[in-house]
Amino acid sequence: MGPIGQDGLVLFELSEVSLIRGERRVLDSVSAGIPAGATAIVGPSGAGKSTLLRLLNRLADPDGGTISYRDRPLDSYDPLALRREVSLVPQLPALLEGTVESNLEFAAGLAGKQPDAARCLRLAGLDPGFAGRDVAKLSVGEQQRAMLARALVQEPAVLLLDEPTSALDHAARDAIEATLAELRRELEISVVLVSHDPDQARRLSDWVVRLEDGRAIESGPLAEVLA
Amino acid sequence: MTTSIHVSAGQVAATLALVALAAAVSFWQKADLERDIGIAALRSFIQLTAIGYVIKLIFEADTIWLVFVLLTVMVVFGALTARSRAKKVPDAFWPLLIALATAGATTLGLVVALGVFEPTARYLVPVGGMVIGNAMTASAVALNRLGDEMADSRNKIEATLALGATAQEAAAPFVRRALRSGMITLVDSTKTTGLIFFPGTMVGMLLAGANPTDAVRLQLILLYALLGSVAIAGLVATTLAYRNFFTPAQQLREPQ
Repeated sequence: MGPIGQDGLVLFELSEVSLIRGERRVLDSVSAGIPAGATAIVGPSGAGKSTLLRLLNRLADPDGGTISYRDRPLDSYDPLALRREVSLVPQLPALLEGTVESNLEFAAGLAGKQPDAARCLRLAGLDPGFAGRDVAKLSVGEQQRAMLARALVQEPAVLLLDEPTSALDHAARDAIEATLAELRRELEISVVLVSHDPDQARRLSDWVVRLEDGRAIESGPLAEVLA
Repeated sequence: MTTSIHVSAGQVAATLALVALAAAVSFWQKADLERDIGIAALRSFIQLTAIGYVIKLIFEADTIWLVFVLLTVMVVFGALTARSRAKKVPDAFWPLLIALATAGATTLGLVVALGVFEPTARYLVPVGGMVIGNAMTASAVALNRLGDEMADSRNKIEATLALGATAQEAAAPFVRRALRSGMITLVDSTKTTGLIFFPGTMVGMLLAGANPTDAVRLQLILLYALLGSVAIAGLVATTLAYRNFFTPAQQLREPQ
């Protein structure tokens, strides 16, 4: 079965994608499709999951192979415009100095949008009262949510999430997962999620790409790959 | 403002006693700097003697072209020296070379255009040396800091790029801090000048028997010129160097 999502749209198509760092082949001839909807990239640490995610909004380019997004080669997109449409939230929170609101305004300004800070904070599971808070005084979980809100003000079509709960305890993880499920219901947004935890992939995705040692060993509907 | 004193080789040799004292302190406190102190004393003797003869030659020839050649050599050596302190910045030589050349040309051009100094070897050589030397220190400190900031903040920079920010937008806070650290030393020392230390030019003129008012005025001219030159050097060096951390597709390069 090909990578056809619920609405029949293939978002990303990777063909023989390789990436080499020093002596190491971090990605080795990866071919896989990522449909619209929610996809999880799973595999053990060091499998190349985060590297693959970074290729999808051109934070890095592959050394070999091709990637297409909505049937057009990824490198034919302006990288800045692409990153506003395909937004990546990194594994570790990395907000700019200042308040939560100034971070949201910065991101919205880049995308030419008027920031609806209260709505985006609520979608990310934060009380709108957080807008005026200094980011240096937030917990890691709150920072991670502020990162999510910052991505949402750009109104992206695709959210790339790199281990969004790896720095959090169980309670905070469950809360973020609930937020992500809620987001998928509320917004017309696709999610590509990197996770080392197959259970999380089961809870959050309906399509799975499994990587091991830089190779895509399996990809398909959740029920087939993580049976 | 023409003053002249004669210093004998014997007087210079006598001050070697203080170099010996420095080496003795290092030996006694096991600071392991005796060798470096020796090298520093020897190198300063050879380099200053050589440049003394070169300057004498240039003053006697009194052609602007020789001044230009000497200042160019200073800029190139300054950029090479500063590069060794900016190891974490990829291809730091060109930004530094352009920074020093711009700082030197702009500062000297302005003081000549404003009628502060005549465009002759007697003024351009010593002032140019000070301007380029201070520009070198400031841009070396700025790029050293830039290299550290960019290495420590990769996550933050990439997270900003991931929002569709340009390399310039993502690097701006770190470029700003680097520029500030390049300039701050001179700004601080200018603030305390005359209170905590006497700058070299003024000391030299007073020793040479100049009128204190003249010595102070000349010193002020130089301090103000140096402020301009370190600002230009820091700005040009950081503005050009941060680009070397990014690819044309606004991606952060892998560390070398």
